[in-house]
Amino acid sequence: MLDKNGIAKRIAKELKDGYYVNLGIGIPTLVANYIPKGMNVVLQSENGLLGMGPFPFEGEEDPDLINAGKQTITTVPGSAFFDSAMSFGMIRSGKVNLTILGAMEVDENGDIANWKIPGKMVKGMGGAMDLVASAKNIIVAMQHVNKAGESKLLPKCTLPLTGIRCVKKIVTELAVLDVMESGGFRLLERAPGVSVDHIVKSTAGRLLVEGEIPEMQID
Amino acid sequence: MNKVVANADEAIRDIKDGMTLLLGGFGLCGIPENCIAALVRKNVRDLTCVSNNAGVDGFGLGLLLQKKQIRKMISSYVGENAEFERQMLSGELQVDLIPQGTLATRCLASGYGMPAIFTPAGVGTEVAEGKEIRNFNGKDYLLEYAFDADFAMVKAWKGDTHGNLIFKATSRNFNPLMAMAGKITIAEVEHLVPAGELDPNEIHTPGIYIQRIFQGAAYEKRIEQLTVQKRN
Repeated sequence: MLDKNGIAKRIAKELKDGYYVNLGIGIPTLVANYIPKGMNVVLQSENGLLGMGPFPFEGEEDPDLINAGKQTITTVPGSAFFDSAMSFGMIRSGKVNLTILGAMEVDENGDIANWKIPGKMVKGMGGAMDLVASAKNIIVAMQHVNKAGESKLLPKCTLPLTGIRCVKKIVTELAVLDVMESGGFRLLERAPGVSVDHIVKSTAGRLLVEGEIPEMQID
Repeated sequence: MNKVVANADEAIRDIKDGMTLLLGGFGLCGIPENCIAALVRKNVRDLTCVSNNAGVDGFGLGLLLQKKQIRKMISSYVGENAEFERQMLSGELQVDLIPQGTLATRCLASGYGMPAIFTPAGVGTEVAEGKEIRNFNGKDYLLEYAFDADFAMVKAWKGDTHGNLIFKATSRNFNPLMAMAGKITIAEVEHLVPAGELDPNEIHTPGIYIQRIFQGAAYEKRIEQLTVQKRN
């Protein structure tokens, strides 16, 4: 079973040289720590930056330079600033190659819920609805089951949706799966030490298991 | 041409109860601090505020919320703010949550003289309820209207007496968009210079969109999430 960093490491294997990537808050942010050496990946922060760098050194923080999580950050050589409309313009027009985001639930149709739990404090969707509605390539980083052990990969989302028919690939602490064109999840890889049976039991939505399922290669 | 006013109080002198205001900024980054403070002093009420976020307790739009001056908030992400949560749950405050790109593009449309936009954001979700949907090239899009706001308040790094503006780093965010979208736009700047001192090649917002400009004072520029790394 993977921890959060393990999930991030596995997702980092999906990166390609020259990719422009938007990382959501939470586990997706950790992916930045595992970009392969020598690979040129440009991180987009939807508040108006291409080329997000690491956190600044103590004392060098600039209140005018933050990421979409409102954290102080830095730029890298080749960075560019722009306004919020252009930022979502590059997202909507498909220029951002990969979007990695968290989810509370996903379902067999590729629908995703990650912004609202009715009855609890509602914080808003931020840029999530724009991202999922437009990105051609979305990877969801999430826990396979909730704290009560219930699956978060469902036949149908129960929480208010963020977007429909948009999730292509899912990486959890247990497995890598994709969502098939015709609907349903397909098991691609299992986490080290995790059995196919464990994944089947942890997946409430329809799950296709075909042939030998390889173990994830992480390091 | 005389766009320069002495301070925030003069800039907002004719803002009245019940008006709709656009306020630039992302979190606490690039917010019009001086204008917000002046709105608190003027105690205008029943405001509809359009801003990506709603400030924090005791700063940014949180200051207006504290004095119950806001009737309705239109934002994409809120809730870093206990008073906001209390007013929203008690029903004192109306809250309209909309996708961030939709918020930005509705401002853009207004500044570009277009009445509406079509966006895929929110299709199939509760955001789409009651909205017109059109299919283009096999994909559904929502019709969203341009904002119609009485005033916009933005914060820039540098500005000149003609209202030309330059923003710094990610404090640009919604500021140039909201600047274009107000019937009257007020710009507060860290450095106000005579027209001619800014390089025309470097202007982000042309002065035609700005009706009033003033030299801001005493910027706090609070950091919401201070994240740093230690030197080795």
